[in-house]
Amino acid sequence: MNDKFETHEHDVLIIGAGGAGLRAAIEALGHGASVGIVCKSLLGKAHTVMAEGGIAAAMANVDAADDWRTHFGDTMRGGKFLNNWRMAQIHAQEAPDRVRELEQWGALFDRTDDGRILQRAFGGHSFKRLCHVGDRTGLEMIRTLQDRGVQMGIDVYMECTITRLLSDAGRISGAFGYWRENGRFVVFKAKSIVLATGGIGKAWPITSNSWEYTGDGMALAYEAGAELMDMEFVQFHPTGMVWPPGVQGLLVTEAVRGEGGILRNKNGERFMERYDPKRMELSTRDVVARAIYTEVKEGRGTEHGGAFLDISHKPAEYVKRKLPSMYHQFLELADVDITKGPMEVGPTCHYMMGGVRVEAETAASTLPGLFAAGEVAAGLHGANRLGGNSLSDLLVFGRRAGVAAAEYAKKQSVASVDSAQIDAAEREALAPFERSTNENPYMLHADLQQTMQSLVGIFRIEQDLQSALGKIAALKERAQRLSISGSRMFNPGWHLCADLKSMLTVSEAVTLCALARKESRGAHSRLDFPKFDPIWGKQNNIISRRGGEMSLQQRPTPEMPQELQKLVDGEKGAGA
Amino acid sequence: MPNVTLRIFRGDRESGKTADYEIPLTPGMVVLDALHYVQKYQAADLAVRWNCKAGKCGSCSAEVNGRPRLTCKTRMDSLPQDKPITILPMKSFPVIKDLVTDVSWNYKVNKKIPAFQPRPGTDWKMWQKDVDRVQEFRKCIECFLCQNVCHVLRDHDKHEEFGGPRFFVRIAGLEMHPLDGVSRTALLKKELGLGLCNITKCCTEVCPEEIHITNNAIIPLKERVVDEFYDPVLRLVRKIRGA
Amino acid sequence: MASASQTAYQAARTGSWWTQVVPVVVILGGFGAYATWRAFEGAYFWAAPYLSPFYSPLIDIHHRYWPYSPALLILGGPLGFRATCYYYRKAYYRAFFLDPGACAVPERKRDYSGETRFPFILQNAHRYFMYVAIIFLAFLWHDAIGAFRFPDGFGIGVGTLVLLANVILLSLYFGSCHSLRHLLGGKLDCFSCSKFGGARHSTWKSLSFLNEHHMLFAWASLFSVGFADFYVRLVSSGAIRDLRIL
Ligand SMILES: Cc1cc2nc3c(=O)[nH]c(=O)nc-3n(C[C@H](O)[C@H](O)[C@H](O)COP(=O)(O)OP(=O)(O)OC[C@H]3O[C@@H](n4cnc5c(N)ncnc54)[C@H](O)[C@@H]3O)c2cc1C
Ligand code: SF4
Ligand code: SF4
Ligand code: FES
Ligand code: FES
Repeated sequence: MNDKFETHEHDVLIIGAGGAGLRAAIEALGHGASVGIVCKSLLGKAHTVMAEGGIAAAMANVDAADDWRTHFGDTMRGGKFLNNWRMAQIHAQEAPDRVRELEQWGALFDRTDDGRILQRAFGGHSFKRLCHVGDRTGLEMIRTLQDRGVQMGIDVYMECTITRLLSDAGRISGAFGYWRENGRFVVFKAKSIVLATGGIGKAWPITSNSWEYTGDGMALAYEAGAELMDMEFVQFHPTGMVWPPGVQGLLVTEAVRGEGGILRNKNGERFMERYDPKRMELSTRDVVARAIYTEVKEGRGTEHGGAFLDISHKPAEYVKRKLPSMYHQFLELADVDITKGPMEVGPTCHYMMGGVRVEAETAASTLPGLFAAGEVAAGLHGANRLGGNSLSDLLVFGRRAGVAAAEYAKKQSVASVDSAQIDAAEREALAPFERSTNENPYMLHADLQQTMQSLVGIFRIEQDLQSALGKIAALKERAQRLSISGSRMFNPGWHLCADLKSMLTVSEAVTLCALARKESRGAHSRLDFPKFDPIWGKQNNIISRRGGEMSLQQRPTPEMPQELQKLVDGEKGAGA
Repeated sequence: MPNVTLRIFRGDRESGKTADYEIPLTPGMVVLDALHYVQKYQAADLAVRWNCKAGKCGSCSAEVNGRPRLTCKTRMDSLPQDKPITILPMKSFPVIKDLVTDVSWNYKVNKKIPAFQPRPGTDWKMWQKDVDRVQEFRKCIECFLCQNVCHVLRDHDKHEEFGGPRFFVRIAGLEMHPLDGVSRTALLKKELGLGLCNITKCCTEVCPEEIHITNNAIIPLKERVVDEFYDPVLRLVRKIRGA
Repeated sequence: MASASQTAYQAARTGSWWTQVVPVVVILGGFGAYATWRAFEGAYFWAAPYLSPFYSPLIDIHHRYWPYSPALLILGGPLGFRATCYYYRKAYYRAFFLDPGACAVPERKRDYSGETRFPFILQNAHRYFMYVAIIFLAFLWHDAIGAFRFPDGFGIGVGTLVLLANVILLSLYFGSCHSLRHLLGGKLDCFSCSKFGGARHSTWKSLSFLNEHHMLFAWASLFSVGFADFYVRLVSSGAIRDLRIL
């Protein structure tokens, strides 16, 4: 063993221990692979734990008319037909089984009167479709998966950050990272790797995302040579907290609207009537977010620059039972009793539709041996994700990635890890300690966030995006001068240096794609191109690394087979 | 708004002492915000764990003015501001650095607990009235504050013989699962030291999820252990039935 | 365990921990002293139609087999019930054993075995005391109803109300008992799959509701028992006269 770093070897290495990573681990293990799973936080603290509203699956427990076809149609329509149709189909077909599986592993969902899993309404879903546990569905899901995985015997490497993927002759050979606890380096050798690292929200200041969401997976994949797709589609959730300052951006679950919450502006108008009279508050997220943003911009916002969201017309007991954590969150953090008065809410950066480009069936990226599932992968959600479709995504494609990675690993011999790559990664990681340039990572982060918020936000326009590109380039320059004091022992400032590298990469990709897409579609709204463009509706933006530079191309979306086309055509008239 | 002083433990496994940081208060500020302020402007290497900032993930546990709390849910305006606010790492676990402690012991205990196993032949129907009770236990966010405050661990260091309230909650959730078919009472008595708990309820007092740990999990489990091991009449009944 | 010193934790904790402990020591201690004295006194427990709860059921009043106070014959029942009660255990472990004095307050280092060894392992017998308590409750109800029967027929005196209130509070205390809650429903894993599951579920729900207030009932019934006895003694010894309301 090398004295500078420790080494671990697995058939399949999974980076990320949220819903997608854990589900993949369980499956790969079930297929006989030896599996290691790495995560930046403690086990069980990944973003999945925060998901509130529910898991979308057409189980038809509440609305008997629901089936996968409707779910498929809703997903495609929500994604403005930019989705990979095959992913949307697999997702809709397999989600119910994946949910049942959770139950068989001990999860306890809320029940219907006849003893089945209860489902609730959510934005953009034609039927009551979200299987839930009050407003802590994600907690139930991650605990169930975690307990299952631990029982099956996965090796968990907690509080370990991967900073580089290692490759050998065009295929994956392992990953390099450091232990957050003591700063020591670690190398994982693996035949295949599943990325399940989640999203990128930390590049914006107002976000529902935690410190972990720095886009590491996408940056890692990009650096290693895989393609990214649809990076312009960043979902701003319409309802984040806006006051007090410390909690700005914290999520107010869509379940509030699902349970009957009403949006009003400061004049008391139910303004959704003007934006989507048919679906009102339960319109898709992109529409509601833009509506609130516009109300505020036009001077009809609340005192702290948001809209009022009111659920107090429902019985207090009902609210406390169905939305317990919202009730406590507002009472304790904002001094607002939501059973008595309205909440103040505004858009918050929430979810990344884009990400690593993968094959629908296997979740394989364009780099052999590298797979991606969950929020880090692109394709399923197209231009806009429906609430609840993420948790089901994690289960469906987490499982598929696990199978595929295990199968792939069976066919491979151990690849060798290249010590030059490891040396480079080490040098890069340690560089901030050796500089005394006084470039503080926290300040750099704040500046990046400011740039993204003001120039690459909900509404975008050519000159803003151009100027954002310039600023990002300047920030990248500054990132070369980051310096840090203290030791390698659990040093958050140092950790942020590594995270910043990823954030800068994905920020650049988002901005490039946003600049290229000269139309408005789903979460991507261009003030200078406010309409759909049929040509853009048939192509994806693809980011890849060419000669050390980020390059962008367009690629046509896969053609949907006739019978599926019929499904969405038929529905188009009825629904949207 | 006024400034306040934070008195934060700085140190590692071997040694350490508190250091004072003065920070400006903002409306609605929580202790975690204050720590982040210190990180950003005064001590970039201050080690703190956090994720959700909304009391959902259980990462940010520490002891604020001697009380085990989630720092993301502790409002600064709920604390006296004329004196320094002391923030120490959880006492029952070894310090890694500053406010970050080594909680790996908890994960080891967790491994000893047999997972959910359905009774054979179930049709997977469950009713809310059966599920309600268990859902309370499933609310646990694994902040380990109960483990930290429990005197069996905190003062008597019984980490080897005792599982701690968090895992009694977990086991209660499994034992009372309407479809579970395994018994963990022997484990509770023999390996996880349920008897060491003297039901003094500090775990319940600190639980941010307001789980009635003692009344709804521990005491019912103690009763189940009595059923199995200490009740001579029930033993006899089982013998007769079994024979 | 932590490298921050014990004293740092001691100094950090604001507020004084003994404020919770002192009332428990005073009240439990006071009650204990009073009850012991009264039990040994062996007199002034009967003032027709009132019987002090300390002496109920009244056994061998004429000292045929037992030369001492008849209270001593029966005291073990209620005492054992309370001593092994889950709530009182908490209260006295904290107040008398400082195990812990209050939460997050440093404790003396010593050999600690919780309830795993003698004598505290006997706490596991609580359910048996609960069974016994049913008998006592029956007698106390009998006494309370008897307290309406004056030599001149039906009537209500202040003492009647005192005894009635006492037995109601004692019943609530009993009804909120953890062992009872376990026995009548809590021990089931699946109400819907069990015989009489519906009834047992609703029983369990009601008992759970009472159980949430077990501490309140524990104290209230402690006061009422003490007071009922005190009242009977006052009347019996002639210190005051019972007031007839009806
Ligand atoms: C507040 C909130 C509420 C939500 N509610 C819902 C909902 O109701 N329904 C729904 O469907 N969706 C919801 N979502 C979205 C959904 O929760 C997430 O998209 C989903 O959980 C992502 O899961 P994941 O498995 O892809 O990643 P995560 O669960 O975020 O896990 C990412 C993992 O990757 C690890 N990781 C990241 N980078 C590295 C690295 N460099 N090295 C090692 N490990 C790394 C992290 O430590 C973590 O373990 C919500 C999101 C938020 C923020
Ligand atoms: S009630 Fe038991 S488990 Fe809870 S803190 Fe007290 S001794 Fe520990
Ligand atoms: S039971 Fe409560 S205090 Fe204990 S770990 Fe869970 S949430 Fe935290
Ligand atoms: S940060 Fe998640 S609970 Fe405090
Ligand atoms: S628990 Fe207090 S009387 Fe049974």
